Amino acid sequence: MTAATLFGLSAALLVGLGLFGLMVNPHPLRKILAFNVLGSGVFLLFGAIAQRGAAAGMGGDPVPQALLITGIVVAFSATALAVALLLRLFAVTGSVTLANDAPAQAPVEPGEE
Amino acid sequence: MTDLLNIGLALLILGLAAWTIVTRELFVAVAGFIAYGLLLTLVWVQLHGIDVALTEAAIGGGLTGVLLIGAAGRLRHSAVALNLEVPSTPVRWLAGVVSAAVSIALGVCVLALPDPAPTLAHEVAANIADTGVGNPITAVLLAFRSMDTLLEAIVLLFALLGVWSLAADHSWGGRPGALQQVDPNGILAYAARVLPPLGIIVATYIFWVGADDPGGKFQGATILAAMWLLVLMAGLVDAPPISRTWLRLGLVAGPLVFIAIGLLGLYTAGDFLGYPPGFAKPLIVAIELALLPSLTLVLGLLLLGAPQRGMPQ
Repeated sequence: MTAATLFGLSAALLVGLGLFGLMVNPHPLRKILAFNVLGSGVFLLFGAIAQRGAAAGMGGDPVPQALLITGIVVAFSATALAVALLLRLFAVTGSVTLANDAPAQAPVEPGEE
Repeated sequence: MTDLLNIGLALLILGLAAWTIVTRELFVAVAGFIAYGLLLTLVWVQLHGIDVALTEAAIGGGLTGVLLIGAAGRLRHSAVALNLEVPSTPVRWLAGVVSAAVSIALGVCVLALPDPAPTLAHEVAANIADTGVGNPITAVLLAFRSMDTLLEAIVLLFALLGVWSLAADHSWGGRPGALQQVDPNGILAYAARVLPPLGIIVATYIFWVGADDPGGKFQGATILAAMWLLVLMAGLVDAPPISRTWLRLGLVAGPLVFIAIGLLGLYTAGDFLGYPPGFAKPLIVAIELALLPSLTLVLGLLLLGAPQRGMPQ
């Protein structure tokens, strides 16, 4: 198996893992983490495809590789904005819940713990 | 040997990604994600994307890691109430099935990729001489697809505007981040005095070799931003208030020079962002030189977050 196939298949699994975490983790910071795992899986898939395009003495196709650099930087700026939104939500409401009807302080159910 | 290394790397990144998703502790998840980002750097090296590896190490692993650790620290006590919102078991199973289906579909696509693979490497090789730079990635970023790079620099600015706009009314125009109280004789303050000169040299080197070898303005700017943040975290200087004119001019100077050179291309080369023959290399270097300080500021300020301390009198 070539490196491109191996890491391409790993990327497919990373996308699945990230998608799963995005859906099941209720904490917004965990969702941001999961979204970054998903995104890195997409980048890795793109990178594996770029490596298959190696030609003309270059280790990979330089056009997708350059787009990957742009993508990583844009992903960072989106993450920074998401984290700032989350911190602001926490500062204003004292909670990080994304539920529509949640009270400012979620009550502890009797019988929990 | 290389195969074993690759398989080991693949298992490690998959294991760390799974750990990041399923572990219960917020802080542990963030730590796992940082290790994952650094290992991903090695994967990029194995895929012959040295420029991508440098970017991943600096931005994907480094800056994102610092950002998330800071957020996890401030949200330390936020996780308890959310235990009530964990989806029910059938929903989790459904999510698992959907995610597995997406992975399998992507995996099938990977195995069905066309052979030989389509590539633009030949076109890049045929035209790179006209740009005067030796690194094909730099040629793509600043000549063949320079519109992407211009828009990327502007996206970073917009993200910073978004972050700043989250400031409370009374802190608008003030200093971002908390005031740092650090032992002036401690190891952090020591590192913040010793490392920046070395960091600046490394950053300048990586910036300069970017024309012909892996490296460039983003990687260089990230190292410079890291050095700035180190000095800020050690409390040796305070973050500037965001209302400072020099700060705002510094932020827009890089993209403005880029746009100006792009408009110049309309007259000299007949196209926006075109370079007249023979002048490509100096114009590319001018754009990179102008972008370096702007990117350093924008990356550092994105990490510092919204202004929190009121206007200085």
